[in-house]
Amino acid sequence: MTARLRSPWTAVPCAVAVVAVLDLVEPFGVRLGHLTGGLLTADLAVRAGLFTIVLVGLNLLMGYAGQASLGQAAFYGMGAFASAILTVRAHVLGIPPEVVSAWWWPWVVMAAAACAVAGFAWVVGWVILRLRGHYLAMATLGLGIMVYIVLRENLGMPHLNLTGGFDGIVGVPRLRLGSAALWPVGVYLLVVWAAALACVALGENVVHSPAGRALRAIHGSEAAAESVGVDVGALKARIFALSAGLASVAGSLYAHFQAAVVPDTFGFVPSLELVVMSAVGGMRTVWGAPLGATVVLLLEQLLRTHLLGLVPAVSGELEPVVFGVLLILLMRFRPSGLVQAAPAP
Amino acid sequence: MDALLEVREVTKAFDGLVALSGVSLRVRPGQIKALIGPNGAGKTTLFHIIAASLAPTSGDVVFAGRSLVGLPAHRVARLGIARTFQNVQVFPGMTVLEHVLVGLHQQAPASLLSAALRTPALRRAERRLREEAWALVRRLDLEAWAEVPAEVVPFGLLRRVELARALATRPRLLLLDEPGSGLNPAEKQALASELRRARDEGVTVFLVEHDMSMVMELADEVEVLDQGQLIAEGPPAEVQRDPRVVAAYLGEEDGA
Ligand SMILES: Nc1ncnc2c1ncn2[C@@H]1O[C@H](COP(=O)(O)OP(=O)(O)OP(=O)(O)O)[C@@H](O)[C@H]1O
Ligand SMILES: [Mg+2]
Repeated sequence: MTARLRSPWTAVPCAVAVVAVLDLVEPFGVRLGHLTGGLLTADLAVRAGLFTIVLVGLNLLMGYAGQASLGQAAFYGMGAFASAILTVRAHVLGIPPEVVSAWWWPWVVMAAAACAVAGFAWVVGWVILRLRGHYLAMATLGLGIMVYIVLRENLGMPHLNLTGGFDGIVGVPRLRLGSAALWPVGVYLLVVWAAALACVALGENVVHSPAGRALRAIHGSEAAAESVGVDVGALKARIFALSAGLASVAGSLYAHFQAAVVPDTFGFVPSLELVVMSAVGGMRTVWGAPLGATVVLLLEQLLRTHLLGLVPAVSGELEPVVFGVLLILLMRFRPSGLVQAAPAP
Repeated sequence: MDALLEVREVTKAFDGLVALSGVSLRVRPGQIKALIGPNGAGKTTLFHIIAASLAPTSGDVVFAGRSLVGLPAHRVARLGIARTFQNVQVFPGMTVLEHVLVGLHQQAPASLLSAALRTPALRRAERRLREEAWALVRRLDLEAWAEVPAEVVPFGLLRRVELARALATRPRLLLLDEPGSGLNPAEKQALASELRRARDEGVTVFLVEHDMSMVMELADEVEVLDQGQLIAEGPPAEVQRDPRVVAAYLGEEDGA
């Protein structure tokens, strides 16, 4: 909590959310999206909320457990495809249509997928994390690429065409709560940000729990943490599982938002984008999550809509370059990110 | 009486350099035992092996009747061996109280789910842990520093923070690697009485110490290590007169 109170930067995601809502409401018949040159849109705000959920887990993993994941988008993709497959293509798997069409079905799928993905990550982590060093970074890099290929190659079962291959799956239904649809986009925006802020609260709770204390201790001295009985490997594996589960939930929410999923959304570049967001917001804070997601998405949007227009000769390839330069400047002048970690109470 | 800790024929070689060769010793329950020896004798290496943060090349370490060799360090800690480090190991950014709370980790609820949801049971447990941590902080006279991050605490007090963290695990055996080094005489006195108190409460103490007057005053028994081998053992006054011990220390001064 202290980090939020100390950093004026955290006003950014809040302001974006407010403006996005106003944009939808159209006060005085003016769309704020137009006033901001199309920079702020409900679409951007929803995506910032979704990434916030992923980043809460990623920050716990990278900032607190000290383990980099270069494949976090894979877990996001696993959640998204689980939701898409089990709602759109459930009949292929023999799930009765009256179950699939029930309002609660997508929520059950979301929860089950999160548990399964977390369990999968726990097993991977349990094997990898007992080795010291940067093994997790390498393993997740490989995992991310593998998951991407498996999704693209139809899980190796082309006759069932579960993932839709390159083209993915279209027609993922909107979420409902009883008979109320969580749509139009303004409603969904609120749902996503409520979930995102709940995840931030969960993350804050973890940081200030005994487990969070043990995590911070590991960061300071693994030898000393072990000397009081902290099982360093097991704790890291559990944080990895938690981060994967959160990414899966965000992926499910994404699938129901976009109504379509394609493997390309969950490849290597999105994984890197997540790491950049985490670094920008400050990975040693939970509140860095909403900030990193919002600032990076805004920057990308700005580059796309404004900067590229100024340099007509170059194509879209300039975007990652400008982005890389900004990241280097950030690391040079504010290496711990925009939100500075505050000592815990 | 049966030994609480028994080191049997422990040898440790680091790429050709033999740091320990055939070391055997016993620590009886309830005693304060000192391990002395010149620089580079292998004292820290032996403590690392007992605490299982290093594996011996050969030999065995038996604690309360069970072998520790091959166990991960956190399991050895859970069996009741706590330690402090020659180069103080603190957690930067964490307060003194939090260091003690980390020491209480074994009693803390482990579930991440209850942590994330901050369940009532977790909050109750946390309150109890904090009470216990405060009691230890008071016992070691660290109240004034309790809410201060470790990096701004004076060095002499950091050794006491480490001791508090180790005591928090409620150990049966306390391994202290040069707990008095860097302390002023008053702080050493406080440390000695704290260790006696721990001993009286049933904690067995095994410490490495260079300050002979402190060893004489505190230890029931002394082991002397020189170049990886035990060369003497016995009550402090006797050991101090032992010609081999005198020679080992003189040799060190000559070499310096
Ligand atoms: N990790 C290691 N790799 C290689 N050699 C080591 C390692 N640790 C210790 N040594 C060597 O083993 C020998 C014993 O070292 P150790 O630290 O146990 O001595 P010590 O008795 O604790 O000395 P001091 O009084 O200076 O603390 C030394 O020669 C040291 O250089
Ligand atoms: Mg030493």
